[in-house]
Amino acid sequence: MSKILKGIGASDGVAIASVYSLEEPDLSFDGDTIEEDEKDSEVERFKGAFNQAKVEITKIRNHAESTVGPEHAAIFDAHLLVLDDPEFLSPIEDGIRNEKKSAAQSLCDTRDQFVTIFEGMDNEYMKERAADVKDVSKRVLAQILGKEIPTPSNISTPVVIVAEDLSPSDTAQLDKEFVKGFVTNVGGRTSHSAIMSRSLEIPAVVGTREVTDAVTVGQQIIVDGGAGDVIVDPDDEEIQVYEDKAARVEEDKAALKKLVDEPSKTMDDVTVELAANIGTPDDLDGVVSNGAEGIGLYRTEFLYMGRTEIPSEEEQYEAYKAVLEKLDGSPVVVRTLDVGGDKELPYLDLPEELNPFLGYRAIRMTLDNQELFRTQLRALLRASAHGNLKIMFPMIATIEEFNQAKALLVEEKNKLKDEGVQVKDDIEVGIMIEIPSAAIIADQFAKEVDFFSIGTNDLIQYTMAADRMNEAVSYLYQPYHPALLRLIKMVIDASHKEGKWTGMCGEMAGDEKAVPLLLGLGLDEFSMSASSVLKARRQLSGLKKTDMEKLVESALECKDTEEVLALVDEYTSRV
Amino acid sequence: MEQKSYLITDETGIHARPATILVQTASKYDSDIQLEFNAKKVNLKSIMGVMSLGVGKDSEVTVHVEGKDEAEAIEAITETLSKEGLTD
Repeated sequence: MSKILKGIGASDGVAIASVYSLEEPDLSFDGDTIEEDEKDSEVERFKGAFNQAKVEITKIRNHAESTVGPEHAAIFDAHLLVLDDPEFLSPIEDGIRNEKKSAAQSLCDTRDQFVTIFEGMDNEYMKERAADVKDVSKRVLAQILGKEIPTPSNISTPVVIVAEDLSPSDTAQLDKEFVKGFVTNVGGRTSHSAIMSRSLEIPAVVGTREVTDAVTVGQQIIVDGGAGDVIVDPDDEEIQVYEDKAARVEEDKAALKKLVDEPSKTMDDVTVELAANIGTPDDLDGVVSNGAEGIGLYRTEFLYMGRTEIPSEEEQYEAYKAVLEKLDGSPVVVRTLDVGGDKELPYLDLPEELNPFLGYRAIRMTLDNQELFRTQLRALLRASAHGNLKIMFPMIATIEEFNQAKALLVEEKNKLKDEGVQVKDDIEVGIMIEIPSAAIIADQFAKEVDFFSIGTNDLIQYTMAADRMNEAVSYLYQPYHPALLRLIKMVIDASHKEGKWTGMCGEMAGDEKAVPLLLGLGLDEFSMSASSVLKARRQLSGLKKTDMEKLVESALECKDTEEVLALVDEYTSRV
Repeated sequence: MEQKSYLITDETGIHARPATILVQTASKYDSDIQLEFNAKKVNLKSIMGVMSLGVGKDSEVTVHVEGKDEAEAIEAITETLSKEGLTD
């Protein structure tokens, strides 16, 4: 019998494949001793497990080398050496032969001895080696017990990933060729996993609460990312229905593809810019194939994630240059490092906070770690010679913060020029509007900055004082609420008064209910997941800006979200 | 029997990458190879042994090699230590 789960549709499309669980298996075991006549077979078992683990780690190593570079593969070379280490292998074999321990027990005992040694050292670096030993031992133990440690980078058949949640580093490992979709227990439309699914253009449903308990590995599963439905163990009829639906989704995609080279124009000939949000240079193909007219948000934090040290100036320069060259003169808005909050970088050793979204993050952290910040600014300035770069600072609350960041930028620019390095002179510098204080004094900011970009996810959570990771208050995530629309209007009007422009790089910019409102509010640039660009273009071509201005006039006077949405429906169905 | 002492000048001592390469180098030879530091000796073909010594900057270490390819081995180890920037 099939089972249907309801979740939140995060990324459109239909996927039918088998379940791949990212949940770690239970590695507890009974049987710590063996009989005399089992010794040889137990030693064989332990050696076989080591060999299998080596095969797995070699694959991960090669995958890491080809995707993120040889320096990241080095850690796996060290892991492989542990698996070959005579000082590690012989006590395990001795334990089996001399003390009649089971392979699993002997491995765990030996592991614990080494972990104790490493953890007891007074050198932080060596303490971390304890983690390596644990990591490698876990993989061997799973092999001994006939279980599998989930390894997304080693997937080589079509699957749907099922997990409690997906971290940015999990998603970075996913190979679109084999990962057809994913389903998680937690999250909403704007959680990182959801955003990543749209940028990867794979169907996804998040926030099902129970998918990890509802499936077993290898089972068939259907993901309908548009409807937010998940069907576990479907029957033939259901498979047929969804195969048809998948075909229709493909047809619609093909129809949309015809708009790739069309301008983004309304019915009354008003042109806006439709741009894409990206996380890594890997997302660039989607930007081009979906006809985005620029990049409205390049989230540079991904360069800093999934590694053990800060990326060098040179490495960053190469990444920024690759993006700018690919965009060939179209605008690229790069956001400087935005970590803290829900995005952690272990090697920065940031203190844990009770209230991370209100804490030490983004510009607050980078202004305080100038060396880190200056390295990024230098890399950006050097890359500016290769295209149309615009720089944007995240989480600005006060003009003082902007002035400090800008001063550092100017200092680094002058230094580079003195060194004879080519730097563009007319780089636009702007800020994210995420904090209500910045929206409220947008008129003052508009005199200082070259542009605004509204980050709706954070602006909503700070305006409503509702943690967007907390499902108990998720009802307050109301992008169409008049309070938010009024703030957005203040920002856009303030920028236009000074001859500046305003973009939006939050999820709201690509939302079909929001597009009519944003057009009416006068938004200049809409930046969204690349996969939403063509839909937005089709929608805009059916709207008149003059009508939407009237819509906004009424919407601003509404009392709640429902009234606003009813108005949107009324105005958009008139056409 | 060959033996040679070195002063480790690298800021972080014998850390992951050079240790990996050092063990890989030692493992190519048949001879018994030991690394001595602070009166403790470990097998230089063992990554965990090498790491467990916790060799930091300005430490003096001694490598002992015994076997038929000992001359080549000590030469290769000396070269690796210097190439990896562990010694001056």
